[in-house]
Amino acid sequence: MSQRQWTTRTGLALAVVAIAASSLRAQAAPPTSGATRSDTVRTVQSGIFDRPFIATMGRTAVGGYVEANANIAREAGIGDGLSMELRRFNIFLFSTISSRVRFLSELEFEHGTQEIALETALIDVLVNPSFVLRGGIILPPLGAFNVNHDSPRWNFVDRPLVSTRIIPATLSEVGFGVHGRLAPPRVGLTYDLYLVNGLGEGVIANAEGRTSLAGGKAAERFAEDNNGSPAFTGRVAVQQGRLGELGLSWYRGVYNTPFIEGERVDVTRSVSLTAIDVNTHIGRVEVRGEGAVVRVDVPEDLREVFGARQWGYHVDATLPLWRPRIRGFPDAAVNADVRVEQIDLNVGRFATTFAPIGDTEAALSVGVSVRPVSGTVLKVNYRRSRTVDLLGNAPVPGGAFQVGFATYF
Amino acid sequence: MPSPRMLPSALRRRLYIAFAAFLVGALSGCDALLTEAPDETEELAGLVPGLSAPQRALHLRGDGEFARSFGPADGLGPIFVAASCESCHVGDGKGHPLFVITRFGRDLPGGFDPMPSAGGPQLQNRAVLGYIAEQLPSAATGVTRLIAPAVSGLGFLDAVDDTTLQRLADPADANGDGISGRLQLLDPTAMHANVFAIEQGGAGATGTRGTLVGGRHIGRFGKKALAVNLLQQVATAYHEDMGITSDLLPLDVVNPAVGDAGGDGVPEPEAPMSVVHAVTFYMKTLKVPPRRDSASADVLAGEALFAASDCAKCHVPSLTTGASAIAALDRKTFHPFTDLLLHDMGAALDDGYTEGSATTSEWRTAPLWGLGLAAAAQGGRMHLLHDGRASSVEDAISSHGGEAAASRTWFNSLSAVQRRQLLAYLHSL
Repeated sequence: MSQRQWTTRTGLALAVVAIAASSLRAQAAPPTSGATRSDTVRTVQSGIFDRPFIATMGRTAVGGYVEANANIAREAGIGDGLSMELRRFNIFLFSTISSRVRFLSELEFEHGTQEIALETALIDVLVNPSFVLRGGIILPPLGAFNVNHDSPRWNFVDRPLVSTRIIPATLSEVGFGVHGRLAPPRVGLTYDLYLVNGLGEGVIANAEGRTSLAGGKAAERFAEDNNGSPAFTGRVAVQQGRLGELGLSWYRGVYNTPFIEGERVDVTRSVSLTAIDVNTHIGRVEVRGEGAVVRVDVPEDLREVFGARQWGYHVDATLPLWRPRIRGFPDAAVNADVRVEQIDLNVGRFATTFAPIGDTEAALSVGVSVRPVSGTVLKVNYRRSRTVDLLGNAPVPGGAFQVGFATYF
Repeated sequence: MPSPRMLPSALRRRLYIAFAAFLVGALSGCDALLTEAPDETEELAGLVPGLSAPQRALHLRGDGEFARSFGPADGLGPIFVAASCESCHVGDGKGHPLFVITRFGRDLPGGFDPMPSAGGPQLQNRAVLGYIAEQLPSAATGVTRLIAPAVSGLGFLDAVDDTTLQRLADPADANGDGISGRLQLLDPTAMHANVFAIEQGGAGATGTRGTLVGGRHIGRFGKKALAVNLLQQVATAYHEDMGITSDLLPLDVVNPAVGDAGGDGVPEPEAPMSVVHAVTFYMKTLKVPPRRDSASADVLAGEALFAASDCAKCHVPSLTTGASAIAALDRKTFHPFTDLLLHDMGAALDDGYTEGSATTSEWRTAPLWGLGLAAAAQGGRMHLLHDGRASSVEDAISSHGGEAAASRTWFNSLSAVQRRQLLAYLHSL
């Protein structure tokens, strides 16, 4: 299929979905303000608006979050001692432009001012609660974490491996599309469909020496596509009050530059990602997790060194332990937390030795989180990991103690 | 965010106790929970003892550069074999077939032609996106595949004086033992002049490396001893294996089939000499491979067998360095089990490819130190001999021919117990 045909078909598919969505009855009015949201169901989709804002001035609200921590980590007994970092300082700006138009942006300062990024800058135009147009710098809904990654929402200092090294969270993209909430009987159904510029050649052409979707996040992607062939990404999810939410998301696009000024200079190479995410309760335990599978069209001469397939998952379990009585914090809560996670960055076997290719990491984290208020969390974690290199040599053990806090403001 | 539902008080108490126990355990066993370093005798990486603090800092800077993976924006390629030094020398150990280096050439009436017009002598079998990797030319008559060597202890080999190698050489087999080690003698090049000038210019360098023998330089590094010292080896590996240019080799390696003399478009040099020097210093100051189980009865018996055999005539157990600007390497006796000389290894190991003055069946004696730790860096399986074809020490010995044929026969004549002892000794190196 040519690049033009593919784009046309994707556009038609979006239109069909839009018409179908408009014909369904809306469940509830969409949120028009992050400060006074009217959602009755908390979903991944509504997550970017489901934030506390510190101040509202007219139709504009300002908020953000900050995250800092102290780490002591070693790999095979080697480490650099105790280290402290201000990992993130993010500022949200939300504006209700009219009853049917809203704007949200997020500016991120990572490691102080080491990295500054405009993570979100989007406009939503409400046609119908089941059909909302969105454009700008968006967070593609790849799993749940890429959309709902605010540190105060998570009880571990580190982000999940699958969400950062398989799914390249936080991935921001320039694009447009539609999203909405439908209302089949007894369940909620949300969908997101977007066309975005997509990942670049760094998926392979990076300084990691391995396939890395995060490496494909070229700064230029906010200005222009490197191949003129947009990527298609979307997510559908069902929500049921008792069972929680289950989502299926995907991404597919061309990552290399097959044409320069109309001349073909390379074959067209694509990358695809499929993810599932879940948020539910098992008894008293809240369970959140996501899994993802990546496929990359890797040039033949680079195969085995650069993985053509990757996968990973994480499961976070939170058990509420105690509600201490603390003056000024009537809703304080103490939780026990466990995370299990694993990634394989290069699935397959060596052609020469038939041995499995390595490049894997698995980790178990345990911790206690204290929430004096719901938007603030103190985290104490211990993380144990096992990393296997590309060749499949003996695993390298890692251990880390981490203490951190994150809070909305 | 967590559910507000809480646990029954009895279960909560138990969880508190468990958490308290965890905290106590964590604090008391903090070191163990943060992982402990492996036994030093089980890994090849590590510094040579006796370095000063600035030398240790430079070693660690070189370590970082050794591990650094290059991307196209850093100058990788446009054609290459691996993206980092460490890809081929994981844990400073021997390489894996994934990163095997292919070299080729052809026999012509006037001598061996390394086929530079076809991209020879080294095949860069990988390319950055949008470029084309080299293909093996059909006209090549000699093709060899080379597994990367371990790099620990190389600084000691680098510091051996030329006179020591000349003393070990016996090109005409004057002693009549059937073993005739030859020096790899190389016609002087601008590269030789540059690397010797840099090395001899080092403060306190008073060794006798870089001397001319019959108007030619002695090679000592590489499977056929094509490199005269570690600095040349490092600069060449950056260039040929990764496509990273330096002041010593300032033009990118390109695929002649593409014909792009412009290379990868990244300004040269892609690695400043400070980086080349740091990596060279890192390799010079890696500790010698550690011995293990050296006091066990089998190992001691195996050592006696080895010493009495002809194996030790090529795999010379002990050498002594000459004068070195690095005090930790200055006039030290060490145990590499090589003579750094070329030996005819017979038809089975003759790939029809050669370099310098070596014949196609001649190979520089491989150091045996670190042999027992080889598999730990090679994905858990041994890949021995120049191309990794041998999956065990016995396999490797059985491929020996030429000057080593008598030693292979001797090994085959050993009793089962003697074989076990000899192998135990070799694995202890």
